Amino acid sequence: MFHIFCPYCQEYREEEEFHPSGQAHIERPAEPASVSDEAWGDYLFLRDNPRGIHHEMWVHRLGCRKFFNITRDTASYEILETYRMGEQPSITAASAEVRREQGVQTADGGWQTVGARPENSRLNEETPS
Amino acid sequence: MTQSNRLNQGGRIDRSRRLSFTFNGQQYMGFAGDTLASALLANGVDIVNRSFKYSRPRGITAAGPEEPNAIVQLGASEAAQVPNVRATQQALYDGLVARGTNGWPNVQRDVMSWVGKLGGGFMPPGFYYKTFMAPASMWMTYEKFIRKGAGLGRAPTEADPDIYDHFNQHCDVLVIGAGPAGLAAALSAARAGARVILCDEQEEMGGSLLDSREAIDGAPASAWAEQVVSELAGLANVTLLPRTTANGYHDHNFVTLHERRTEHLADTAAGAGREGEVRARLHRVRAGRVVLASGSHERPLVYANNDVPGNLVAGAISVYIRRYGVVPGQRLVLSTNNDHAYRAALDWQEAGREVVAVVDSRAKPDGDLVKQARDAGIRVITGSAVMEATGSQRVSGAKVVAIDTERFVVTGKVETLECDTIASSGGYSPVVHLASHTGKRPQWRDDLLGFVPGEFKGMHVAGGAHGVYALGEALADGAGVGAEAARAAGFKEAAAIAVPDVAVRHESPISALYQVPHEKPPLRAPKQFVDLQNDVTAAAVELATREGFESIEHVKRYTALGFGTDQGKLGNINGMAIAARCLNRSIPEVGTTVFRPNYTPVSFGAIVGRHCRELFDPERYTALHQWHVENGAEFEDVGQWKRPWYFPQKRRAGGQERLETMHEAVARECLAVRRGVGILDASTLGKIDIQGPDAREFLGRVYTNKWAKLAPGRVRYGLMCKDDGMLMDDGTTSCLAENHFLMTTTTGGAAGVLEWLELWHQTEWPELQVYFNSVTDHWATMTVTGPDARKLMSEVTDIDLDREQFKFMDWKEGKVAGVPARVFRISFTGELAFEINVQANYAMHVWKALFAHGEKYDLTPYGTETMHVLRAEKGLIIAGQDTDGSVTPEDLGMHWAVGYDKPFSWIGQRALTRPDTAREDRKQLVGLKPKDPKVVLEEGAQIVLDPEQKIPMTMMGHVTSSYYSPVLESGFALAVLKGGRNRMGETVYLPMSDGSVHQAEVVSTVFIDPKGERQNV
Ligand SMILES: [Zn+2]
Repeated sequence: MFHIFCPYCQEYREEEEFHPSGQAHIERPAEPASVSDEAWGDYLFLRDNPRGIHHEMWVHRLGCRKFFNITRDTASYEILETYRMGEQPSITAASAEVRREQGVQTADGGWQTVGARPENSRLNEETPS
Repeated sequence: MTQSNRLNQGGRIDRSRRLSFTFNGQQYMGFAGDTLASALLANGVDIVNRSFKYSRPRGITAAGPEEPNAIVQLGASEAAQVPNVRATQQALYDGLVARGTNGWPNVQRDVMSWVGKLGGGFMPPGFYYKTFMAPASMWMTYEKFIRKGAGLGRAPTEADPDIYDHFNQHCDVLVIGAGPAGLAAALSAARAGARVILCDEQEEMGGSLLDSREAIDGAPASAWAEQVVSELAGLANVTLLPRTTANGYHDHNFVTLHERRTEHLADTAAGAGREGEVRARLHRVRAGRVVLASGSHERPLVYANNDVPGNLVAGAISVYIRRYGVVPGQRLVLSTNNDHAYRAALDWQEAGREVVAVVDSRAKPDGDLVKQARDAGIRVITGSAVMEATGSQRVSGAKVVAIDTERFVVTGKVETLECDTIASSGGYSPVVHLASHTGKRPQWRDDLLGFVPGEFKGMHVAGGAHGVYALGEALADGAGVGAEAARAAGFKEAAAIAVPDVAVRHESPISALYQVPHEKPPLRAPKQFVDLQNDVTAAAVELATREGFESIEHVKRYTALGFGTDQGKLGNINGMAIAARCLNRSIPEVGTTVFRPNYTPVSFGAIVGRHCRELFDPERYTALHQWHVENGAEFEDVGQWKRPWYFPQKRRAGGQERLETMHEAVARECLAVRRGVGILDASTLGKIDIQGPDAREFLGRVYTNKWAKLAPGRVRYGLMCKDDGMLMDDGTTSCLAENHFLMTTTTGGAAGVLEWLELWHQTEWPELQVYFNSVTDHWATMTVTGPDARKLMSEVTDIDLDREQFKFMDWKEGKVAGVPARVFRISFTGELAFEINVQANYAMHVWKALFAHGEKYDLTPYGTETMHVLRAEKGLIIAGQDTDGSVTPEDLGMHWAVGYDKPFSWIGQRALTRPDTAREDRKQLVGLKPKDPKVVLEEGAQIVLDPEQKIPMTMMGHVTSSYYSPVLESGFALAVLKGGRNRMGETVYLPMSDGSVHQAEVVSTVFIDPKGERQNV
């Protein structure tokens, strides 16, 4: 069960209060009528399924009822950051690669979550290993 | 029966408290402090079970959770039955009743032994694999056989009388295991001020300290354990959980602990004199840091007939002697590849029994324990191993031979030693189970000959769990790791406790030995068991590799290795080593072993906690619920709501009084609405209060139809689609004021629709100023409907009910029965209808006032079933019943409710012009009239055009709603049918599973009052 930091409530809460709501940062085309059938179909149905860094939208359903975003490693289930709707992730698949190359990888095969949003200070602490 | 194997002194048992217990129908005596296993061994019970596949006699092998054989069914009464209990982990209590799970009908004289012989051939290696490949019908046959003989235990057939609980816990440091490393870690963390939970699965905390030969600070190791436990118990920041198994290690340091509160006292809480108390608790712990101090399990060696009773893991011998004062035999042969196991021989000899020999696979062992054994006059045979045990019901001897472990051959002459007990040790496997729950693969360490936990964020490992075995080192490791964990949890000043004094022991290194070579080739030697619980032999593993299974994961599935309730705690590494030898690879190349929750079986009671019976799912009641109960309503579950389904009344016939059938009640309720006046409690409809200057714009975007011109005081029906154009929900929305609307949703859709509105507002259109709030429970809703509705309403309200003043699809504010109310002229029955909304607290008063005035109109309460019939007669859909997520508004014939020319591209609009949603032959909503009026079609029945067509027939659609109409005096249905609107008047066919075929005519969805005049009077 995940332990999730709600960026609106500013607190860690149990996963039971939350509900996943699919991939984050999928924007509805501003002028749907001018979009091709195929592009509209992609917007409706096609989603990424990466192994590794993924950005997901969640809702604090039994809390503040706010939607927000999570950057999560789908392999380790580690939540690297949470951020408000309308904000951009500070950790992406690309930046994680950079981190690996720069050698801040931790002994557990993951990497330190340096650069996560300030509200995630606990995610920023050094891993003991 | 006497306790023939009980020593006169020693052990941590209370000899002043004698306990009587029954095993397999026989009565025995034991002492307080015994486990069921130690008491059985004390009584000289050799055979506790029959094996799964070969029906071979089996005895107790180990002393902890790794025990594969002594699996019992516990409980004196039917209701108290608990399956799959390990006798080694069950504390003895007075009156305990247990039975070998797999002993049926009698473990001593097994009349089913022919089945064993049959079973051997019947269930060859690959049995599961091949069986699952076979037709499913064969599995049913196998399954009965397997269940009976498989040691799977059985569930009780009566309700469990006990209660269980869940605790949500938070701590800075959770320490799992209270052996030397765990106790030291807990003390370091606790002294630093961290909130510590220390859990241990045993009856007593201390782990290996309780059976250790070593001294700490010059005193017995167990004394140090007692002293630390007592200090921890006195600290306010420490929670000690004995008899508590950490069973699952989940994401983000969430650990589930299974605490047994009364199971060591009796088979029910009441039986323990603790009626009403919780039998077991599941602690759901969110730990800042986890210290895994779970220790190790000793591996037995794999040799021929190593399953005959009297074959034990070496360490278990020491546990039984030192903790329970039980020596499980007279003459011991120990077979080992390491020093530590020698303590079994020393303990045995000191208990006054004969050690025939220690057989050591190493050429020149010279550690301190080895020397001690030699000094004590024990014969040590080096470079050799026990190749085979003799005896059938009990070990009678050990065949010992010199071996070459590199070439896997015997190199000398076989010597047979007479003995009744063979202890073996092939080294130690760190208990990596919990760590591997997290998904991190264990890592092989060649120096340890074992897997250690993979590293995991938030987890620290201490002591034997990562191969730090020597007592002094384990204490130091635990002390340091406990401090490290506390620092990581924010207690920056945390320091390791001073490590107590332990003499350093010289040990000669372990040498790899898993399977002992036999003088016969592996496939022809007597059975060498790898997994005792599942009867998997070394030959089976070898066969699997010959059949081409190269990954241990495949070998496991082929042989069922590790698939028992013990998850192969003893056998998995040996199985991997054998596979590696056969494949000529290293163990880590063959794979790693992955364990999954739970570590040991957890009772369903503990998993469920209080979430059972009436607390399984919350029940929601309307403000009028009590009236419904008092008036005999039958209830229907709609989501979590209890809604009146129908109100059966008493009928008199021939002097007999009886209740109406549902059919009779519904017919009466329907006719009352169509001819007089009825009333429905519609409070469960979802209600969402929507406010803000952009509320109207927002409605226009989430509904398919137009909202720009809806004036205050007016109501409109709306359809809500997802962006794929499929109907999601429907309902009416009323304009309360220019910037204020009240939306209604289906009963089941209320929460989902609110979240849907929030989703679009928060993620796509945050610039719109609009706010949503659920008011479902704030308002009670009563629908008064029927030709007499106005007459009744006029008696209770000050609202002008004139049809010109209060039009269809208007709403008005006023008083009903003296209570402030909103009244809506909307209709879900097709009749004149008033929906009264009042504050829920006033609902009962208003409802009763309506009945007081309604008596002269024969006001009839009706339930959901009548509501369904009435709405279906009018062709009004229920979202979720007549639609299924693949139905568009156009499919429903609701073109009139779709505003294609609205300026903003509302949710679903774009998708409705995709080629697939624009197809002519989509399934469309139609009415069906059965040719035989007595027929009520089955909901879900498939529609075909040609009933003579061969199977598979071309399916054209299906029935979505079907009822009997008392007004039409006929069955009728709504259905979705391909190209349905162009098939009016055609005959379609509905083949039923019994072979009969119904005929129906395709008709309009509106069966009554097609012009809608009745609701508009
Ligand atoms: Zn929140």
